[in-house]
Amino acid sequence: AMDTDLSSQDRKDLDKFIKFFALKTVQVIVQARLGEKICTRSSSSPTGSDWFNLAIKDIPEVTHEAKKALAGQLPAVGRSMCVEISLKTSEGDSMELEIWCLEMNEKCDKEIKVSYTVYNRLSLLLKSLLAITRVTPAYRLSRKQGHEYVILYRIYFGEVQLSGLGEGFQTVRVGTVGTPVGTITLSCAYRINLAFMSTRQFERTPPIMGIIIDHFVDRPYPSSSPMHPCNYRAGEDNCAVYPSVEDSQEVCTTSFSTSPPSQCVFTVTKAHFQTPPPVVTDTLKVPVMGLAFSHQLSSSRLSYQPAALGVGSADMGYPVLFAGGLNAAHPHQLIGPGKEGGVPPIPSQPAHGTQADQERMCTPLDGVHYSAATPSSSEDTETVSNSSEGKCGSPHDLLETIFIRKVGAFVNKPINQVTMANLDIPFAMFAPKNVELEDNDPMVNPPDSPETESPLQGSLHSEGSSGSSTGNTHDDFVMIDFKPAFSKDDILPMDLGTFYREFQNPPQLSSLSIDIGAQSMAEDLDSLPEKLAVHEKNVKEFDAFVETLQ
Amino acid sequence: PCRTRCCAPPALSPAMNCRAEVLEVSVEGRQVEEAMLAVLHTVLLHRSTGKFHYKKEGTYSIGTVGTQDVDCDFIDFAYVRVSSEELDRALRKAVGEFKDALRSSGSDGMGQISLEFYQKKKSRWPFSDECIPWELWTIKVNVVNLANEQERQICREKVGEKLCEKIINIVEVMNRHEYLPKMPTQSEVDNVFDTSLKDVQPYLYKISYQITDSLGTSVTTTMRRLIKDTLAL
Repeated sequence: AMDTDLSSQDRKDLDKFIKFFALKTVQVIVQARLGEKICTRSSSSPTGSDWFNLAIKDIPEVTHEAKKALAGQLPAVGRSMCVEISLKTSEGDSMELEIWCLEMNEKCDKEIKVSYTVYNRLSLLLKSLLAITRVTPAYRLSRKQGHEYVILYRIYFGEVQLSGLGEGFQTVRVGTVGTPVGTITLSCAYRINLAFMSTRQFERTPPIMGIIIDHFVDRPYPSSSPMHPCNYRAGEDNCAVYPSVEDSQEVCTTSFSTSPPSQCVFTVTKAHFQTPPPVVTDTLKVPVMGLAFSHQLSSSRLSYQPAALGVGSADMGYPVLFAGGLNAAHPHQLIGPGKEGGVPPIPSQPAHGTQADQERMCTPLDGVHYSAATPSSSEDTETVSNSSEGKCGSPHDLLETIFIRKVGAFVNKPINQVTMANLDIPFAMFAPKNVELEDNDPMVNPPDSPETESPLQGSLHSEGSSGSSTGNTHDDFVMIDFKPAFSKDDILPMDLGTFYREFQNPPQLSSLSIDIGAQSMAEDLDSLPEKLAVHEKNVKEFDAFVETLQ
Repeated sequence: PCRTRCCAPPALSPAMNCRAEVLEVSVEGRQVEEAMLAVLHTVLLHRSTGKFHYKKEGTYSIGTVGTQDVDCDFIDFAYVRVSSEELDRALRKAVGEFKDALRSSGSDGMGQISLEFYQKKKSRWPFSDECIPWELWTIKVNVVNLANEQERQICREKVGEKLCEKIINIVEVMNRHEYLPKMPTQSEVDNVFDTSLKDVQPYLYKISYQITDSLGTSVTTTMRRLIKDTLAL
């Protein structure tokens, strides 16, 4: 009955507005999670191509995904369009961060003018969306993505699923617009409990190598759609895969916009460097990434305090903090899994990231991808969860067996103390982890560690983790790196703690060693008569010498 | 047409149908500018349209508004503003004056900056045009002094969180879809919008500020700034 009140032209316009509003909503959200600053230009002369009079670029892949999810439908009661933003770490664990919901309810506003008021209010709502996407916690996370984690998006249509957001999630309403067929509502539910919680067993997965955008494994939900990384780098070649927005027929026919919209070619705001399109390589090993992680960690300002959660691995590529001083021979060298692993050792590098390092980090793979050589040898462990209470029961014990600490400042502290202090820190999976692989460290007692394979790893990585696990029992060394007070991120690696650790136990002076001392005393006594004889022979010379002094 | 200066200072205008919103922030001295810009830009983002182009038959087309992200240097915060250098300059000028006044006031560092949207109502000679405000945003600022670097770091984060809350508050108000001036005809457009900028068209607005002295009263140095000088057209 309500439809008859609306003229057919108005109805058509309204449907078109809602459709394009939905598409633009998705663009704004995904672009806000790209990890880059967005900048579009104002244009005083109307081109008619910018919906809602806002310059919002269209990323073709995103439009494609959105249209796929909508499948020709529009948001209606019980059928909402949702954009799910989640985070996936280099270890393969993922966590939902936000769900943006575009919903329609039954409350109609018959009086409202479609082509004018509704349109302008939808424009206002998009502006609000632009503002709100910068103030939820995921924004700051997305700006720092790339190395230890990436941000993914997933669009689905239907019922809103909020269960993945953890306890106590918060909701922010972006806004509502009443229309003759219902009220459009845009809101965001976001996780506040950022303590890392894995949805799976806390397993060690082998490296995720060379992931291409559309190779993410589907989630185990029946109606799920594949996840996509947000920081999509569109090159010319990639654009060819997806059709660009077909807008030629979809003209905004309001009285204040006349010319047909032009094709929108998406150009990503310039990244730091040109990167080649992503390539799937099952066997690509990127040892450099490990170093890149270290630089990122030492130079980035993470909001969350670093802690040594890592069921760390010795494999290269795992986030390693700059390990200055760990190797006595080469203080600045990070040792890779080395011998059997097939991963070459990392050459020495300065602690602070240089431009060269940055480039090295990104050239092997497109900026989207990270290769985290997650450990191959692993305990079959419980999920280590940093719940917000900060208590860790069993995971705590688990960590005891895994963390091995090197000789150093904290060597006398029980492991409990150390790990407990770290376990209650949220987002501990961002913690820098040190990798120490000295074979002959007497302090080291690596536990036995069987391999586990995750389903994710199985589907993405054919080689398995054989390469890096051959008999290397030292894979489980994890150095807990503490940042002592007053230490800075960006100076040379000899920070106070490292220095102290390294020089805390110098070797004994040989002359002080009792054995040697006793030995030489006996020798001395024996050789005395000889020496005396020699001196007597040279008595004349000595006398002459003494004369010259007088 | 004859342009005249708007009459009353915003704080004293008759509040007829003028909704008023007040936001409060406590910031460190060096954060004042960025915090004010963040709030003002967010409001103006919602209160600016593309340039109108009137055609025959009384229809008009609207230009496109671009946006850009701004990162703050002294606050862990980022916001979106309209892509218009002229508008950004105008706001920075006003906020700069406010910051200087705060600093030189020698008081506890309390003051407020106001952003008022108004409409002009033409009057006949000899009466000057009326300025009728329809929305007034006031940001009360309290400047704090911090003792050490650690406190400053905490302040960076806290102020960032506070500003996130303010943005959400602003968006809430905007979403109420309360009174907005009618879309004007070509002859009336300058009574509703500031048409002096070349790339965007905000509603007519003025920014003013007051510094509060230690007694808590508004000091006589209330200064009015007309960003769009209604004289100079």
